[in-house]
Amino acid sequence: MSEATATTVPPDDRGASEPPPAIVVRGLEKSFGEVLAVRGVDFEVKTGEVFGFLGPNGAGKTTTINMCCTLVKPTGGTATVAGHDVVRDRDNVRRNIGLVFQETTLDGYLTAEQNLRLHAELYGVQSSLVPARMQQVMEMVGLWERKDSPVRTFSGGMKRRLEIARGLMHSPRVLFLDEPTIGLDPQTRRSIWSYIRTLKESEEITIFMTTHYMDEAEWCDRIAIMDQGVIVALDSPEALKAQVGADRIRIETEDDEAAISSLRERFGIEAVISEGALTFRIPSGEEFVPRLFAGLGVPIRSVSVSRPTLDDVFMSYTGSSIRDVEESGGSERNKIMMQVMSGGGGRR
Amino acid sequence: MSATTEPQRTSGPPREVVRVHVPERSVASELRAIKIVWKRELIRYRSDRIRIVTTLIQPLLFLFVLGSGLQSLSAASTHGVNLKTFIFPGILCISVMFTAMFSAASIVWDREFGFLREMMVAPVRRSSIVIGKCLGGATVASFQGLIVLCLAGAVHVPYAPTLILGVLVLQVLLAFAITAFGVMVAARISQMQSFMGVMQMVVMPMFFISGALFPVSGLPGWLGVLNRLDPLTYAVDPMRRLVFSHLHVTPLARRVLDPGVTWWSWHVPAVLEAAIIVALGLVMLAVAIWEFNASE
Repeated sequence: MSEATATTVPPDDRGASEPPPAIVVRGLEKSFGEVLAVRGVDFEVKTGEVFGFLGPNGAGKTTTINMCCTLVKPTGGTATVAGHDVVRDRDNVRRNIGLVFQETTLDGYLTAEQNLRLHAELYGVQSSLVPARMQQVMEMVGLWERKDSPVRTFSGGMKRRLEIARGLMHSPRVLFLDEPTIGLDPQTRRSIWSYIRTLKESEEITIFMTTHYMDEAEWCDRIAIMDQGVIVALDSPEALKAQVGADRIRIETEDDEAAISSLRERFGIEAVISEGALTFRIPSGEEFVPRLFAGLGVPIRSVSVSRPTLDDVFMSYTGSSIRDVEESGGSERNKIMMQVMSGGGGRR
Repeated sequence: MSATTEPQRTSGPPREVVRVHVPERSVASELRAIKIVWKRELIRYRSDRIRIVTTLIQPLLFLFVLGSGLQSLSAASTHGVNLKTFIFPGILCISVMFTAMFSAASIVWDREFGFLREMMVAPVRRSSIVIGKCLGGATVASFQGLIVLCLAGAVHVPYAPTLILGVLVLQVLLAFAITAFGVMVAARISQMQSFMGVMQMVVMPMFFISGALFPVSGLPGWLGVLNRLDPLTYAVDPMRRLVFSHLHVTPLARRVLDPGVTWWSWHVPAVLEAAIIVALGLVMLAVAIWEFNASE
């Protein structure tokens, strides 16, 4: 948590020209009975940025996002969204946010257009602007031609795109996306990300999202890693990866056993065999390679150096790699299941 | 994974972004919310032709099968009035009741399919959502009642304008009260099976006890008490008085078949009966609103 507060922008760095933060969260807590789901988190989301919440299922991401969008009352701390307190000024928060939930919240019996119109009416959008706005958001997600189809005929991916369009209908200042790509096939996931990037360029909007896909977190301007109800790290993906520092080196040798003992004795490095190759971590891996060739004393067949990934960042902060493995295995299975159920999830 | 590759930008000529804004909450915005929730019920009703037909079957069974089948048995005691004519007011009430229940049930579906959440997070009062829902259910159920009313000729009831108007008013009041009751129950129940179970448990006894199928005078003591406690009694009775006032029947038949509800031998006026339905409807609406406000 100290990392979290330390990495947010100090107030004096923020010039007078820079807009106030879109979201300010201080000591936010939520307990469900005995269980403390969120244990006091602090963070700020800058106006106009794409901010990601990364963590395994059950880390408290959804609970935190639900508190920020007024769906769940915090049991401690404060949260301010678009300048309004989420508890005391709930209506004003709701007027300024768009929501896309994990599970679909569309009316399958209505057409895409009727769903969006209903949303516009509920939010009190000026009637004269509704048609133009509707066309714009539907064109953005490529569903304008399907506006008259009942939503129940849509695939999983189309529904998700329509929900994003609906969440934008009332020009919210902050868009909350809870696992927007969960259960979608890679192609649809990519197109959803391209909408999010487009959005960032075309609208004055702040995007706050949760994900447990590491590769997607790369696309955020900044990410907060959440584990067991606390934020363990918060920075840009690049900075987080730089903090881990060490690169990963994989070598294939003529004699792995000899290479392991040689690495231990001559370089003080503990290497492990994984997937038929020796693997170890070392800072500035590229510079180490020549020394390795010179000093190992065991013939090397191949070598590869890779920069740290967010997976490595995640593991270095949460420590428990086993749970992480279980988790990603679980979500992968889950994803495949959902893909099967939603009939591929792609465009029809 | 392939998502790590650069997402292709949806390129195209940059164009003016249509920017809208959400105004502060006001009476007008609440009315707009009520209207759209109401309208949604109508859209869904119109697109669901199967439901229009299926909810007609039960009332028609009672009216034509039971009414015709028991005609010879009852002929001696109905003093020349056809049994179908006698039970017609009750059938008008139950057709409204069944449809109103189905409308309320959609709240349970909405919750199951997530749509309720979309309405609950909107910057409008929960009460607007509940009121819109009740008005929508009432409208839809009244339409359904109107379809049954069209059959009046088939059971020897005249198409008099005052009759049609009166029946319609009573149907709207009943439809509203029943929808409010259903919404009140639906606020607490998240599973369709449970909701339907509760409805069966409540609706069928209410229907049988109400006097939709028998005159409410000279009942055995226990049934008489239950009958006076059954809210539906106060919808069926004025409906029957209204229908009988447009029939040409002997005074004896009228006395036997349309005795009117009494409280300790005091004849309850039709206006008071209608007022009871309205009052119950409003109380249940208030409870439903309170329940939805209390839920997160």
